[in-house]
Amino acid sequence: MTPDAAHTLADLRPGESGIVQSVGGEDALHRHLLDMGITPGVKILLQKTAPMGDPIEIHLRGYALTLRLDDARKIILR
Amino acid sequence: MHYTFALAGNQNSGKTTLFNQLTGSNQHVGNWPGVTVEQKTGTMLHHHHGSQTHIGLPWRVRRNKSNDIIPPKYSDVTIVDLPGIYSLSPYSLEEIVSRNYIVKDKPDVVINIIDATSLERNLYLSLQLLQLSRPVVIALNMMDEVETRGDAIDIVGLEKILGVPVVPICARKGEGLDELVRRTMEVAKSKQLPAKIDICQGAAHKALHAISHLIENSAAAHDMMPLYAATKLFEGDQPLADELGLSSATMHIIEEILTAMEKEVGMERAAVMADTRYRYIERLLKTTYTRGITEGDSTTDRIDKILTHRALSIPVFLLMMLLVFYITFGPIGIWVADGFAALVDRGIDLIATALANWQVAAWVQDLVVSGALMGVGSVLSFMPTILILFLLLSVLEDSGYMARAAFLMDNPLRKIGLNGRAFIPMMMGFGCTVPAVMSARSMNTQRDRRFTIMLTPFMSCGAKVPIYALFTSAFFPGNQVLVMSGLYLLGILVSIAAGLLLKRFVFHGDAAPFIMELPTYRLPTIANVARQMWDKAKDFIRRAFTVIFIATMMVWFLQSFTFTFAPAATMEESMLGIIAGFIAPIFAPAGFGSVEASTAVITGILAKESVVSTLAVLSGVDAESSQMLVTLHSIFPSTLSAVSFLIFILLYMPCVAAYAAMRREMESTRWAFSTVALQTGLAWVISTLVFQLGTLLGLG
Repeated sequence: MTPDAAHTLADLRPGESGIVQSVGGEDALHRHLLDMGITPGVKILLQKTAPMGDPIEIHLRGYALTLRLDDARKIILR
Repeated sequence: MHYTFALAGNQNSGKTTLFNQLTGSNQHVGNWPGVTVEQKTGTMLHHHHGSQTHIGLPWRVRRNKSNDIIPPKYSDVTIVDLPGIYSLSPYSLEEIVSRNYIVKDKPDVVINIIDATSLERNLYLSLQLLQLSRPVVIALNMMDEVETRGDAIDIVGLEKILGVPVVPICARKGEGLDELVRRTMEVAKSKQLPAKIDICQGAAHKALHAISHLIENSAAAHDMMPLYAATKLFEGDQPLADELGLSSATMHIIEEILTAMEKEVGMERAAVMADTRYRYIERLLKTTYTRGITEGDSTTDRIDKILTHRALSIPVFLLMMLLVFYITFGPIGIWVADGFAALVDRGIDLIATALANWQVAAWVQDLVVSGALMGVGSVLSFMPTILILFLLLSVLEDSGYMARAAFLMDNPLRKIGLNGRAFIPMMMGFGCTVPAVMSARSMNTQRDRRFTIMLTPFMSCGAKVPIYALFTSAFFPGNQVLVMSGLYLLGILVSIAAGLLLKRFVFHGDAAPFIMELPTYRLPTIANVARQMWDKAKDFIRRAFTVIFIATMMVWFLQSFTFTFAPAATMEESMLGIIAGFIAPIFAPAGFGSVEASTAVITGILAKESVVSTLAVLSGVDAESSQMLVTLHSIFPSTLSAVSFLIFILLYMPCVAAYAAMRREMESTRWAFSTVALQTGLAWVISTLVFQLGTLLGLG
């Protein structure tokens, strides 16, 4: 499965959720995503998008996090 | 016996609230040696530890030559507030600083404060703290919300498994703090270390222990727990590997162990470790945490239905910002400011009358009344406005709305090469540039920090308000609010233009990724907001009686005497007249080449509050009086020259305090100096353009 065709966090619509398959991104970004609890197997709910469609608000592990679509694309879902 | 407790925890975990509760006002904000991460230390209040005989007196942090804190004479507990962090990875400055502090400075106890409503993510940092082989006490904060939600936490169970005291508290209400302090003192005395917990299983476990054995000696030589060092090497922590000075052969073996492990688990190493920690936490919480019955959306979700709604959020946001300015500068603010100004005037009159009655020498009366009091008074009368603005900004911040504003503003800020986090410093800039520049620390990279700091001073700071108020009432009676709004808007437009140019020519590329927690909405407590107000008021009064007092006295002195220290008969022959005479021609093309205006520009560098007081002192009139308006018309012959002056004041370099903060936060004198030089140059160019074009169009 190539990253382009993969189902990523950025493909979810508000109200939908998905299970993380793998987390991409370079060094600091990769580590930060992991540290914030975005690890393989975790369930993420896309709560909403900002007025211009980007960034997005996600819910996971009992808290809310915001990130940009560009970075959400690096989070591959099952 | 003197103890040091370090406070560590996630952002939004209530760390600062706890710090304030424990230390009262006995605190001092300092800088970490070498890096720009704020280190706040304070002395613990006496009433929290009854067993002690000394009373912790307020003290200042003193450092010896090697920059270690010298323990204060009268206090027995120092509390160090570490930066808010989510992990101890080597990629963020705050995280490196925190772990170095804990490992190298060896605080007696690390108090790990946890948001109990978000245990899973908060415990991720705890697991790493527990590995640092320092005594740890966990403070479970926000227990009131946990109870409201009907969740149950088995505190005894957590204590048993983690092997450290776990104390439920509610920092906002000050509940559980005595117990927290009691348990922390116990740990400080017994030096009880956390239990060794084995968090991993399977292939990761094997790899971790293999590395641990391999580096045992090197770790011991560097005063590190082998398991901690192994965990960090497992995660690919290069700074730590360098510190241990491992041979290339050892590094090669570690690499092989990890590659084999990655193959077996089917996941990359950092992901394996994060996954391992979170899995451990999930198992831990299964036995110690029961979620209450939650019906429907949380309060935060319901509030966010409106505040971050696709269509409504932007209008609501604009409305909130308008409301902030309306309350500050509109009828309410004016009413408070006028009342306070009347009080200040009454005070000045009383002193003046007393001096006259006591038949004090005329020159002393002149010095005290028109030199010092007039200047300080016109600044003091403006304090309520700044305090109201700060009050509103701190309510927005404490409630959690600022994070939403950052969420909403990320997209537009991205277009000028920044991210949503830059919004908070920018917004604070309308209050005071100094804390605004300091809040740019929350930006992840040095590029983003410097970029944000360069733009922040364009947000017209609160100290400039009296200048605008005075000028608009003199030149634009009836249209004051309109002209003031125009100035604020101009500042924002210039910052956008400057941002676009800086993105194109200086800061290439994009800002760091925007990944930010959206905290739960919380009602700001009166105590917290009041404390921030009080701190601001204290700071303001201190400035009024130091920097501004000295500035106005100097202006009075330079204006009253010649270079031969003879009393000056006219303005032209005074020291000030001669100095400003040199500078004035520079501002002639911009339309305000008078000695008074030039002097005001110079004293404005000391503090923006002194611009008005300088003009008042130079003209020998009360800044609040109607003569002041007449005087302004003589200093600024046309409305156009006054507008040009206001634009210059809006855009030129911030005060010296802001400059100092910029230099510290930009970590470079060159950067800070270039920034203020550019700002001053830009201010001159724009005000000159406005004046010259306006004159051409016959607007003069």
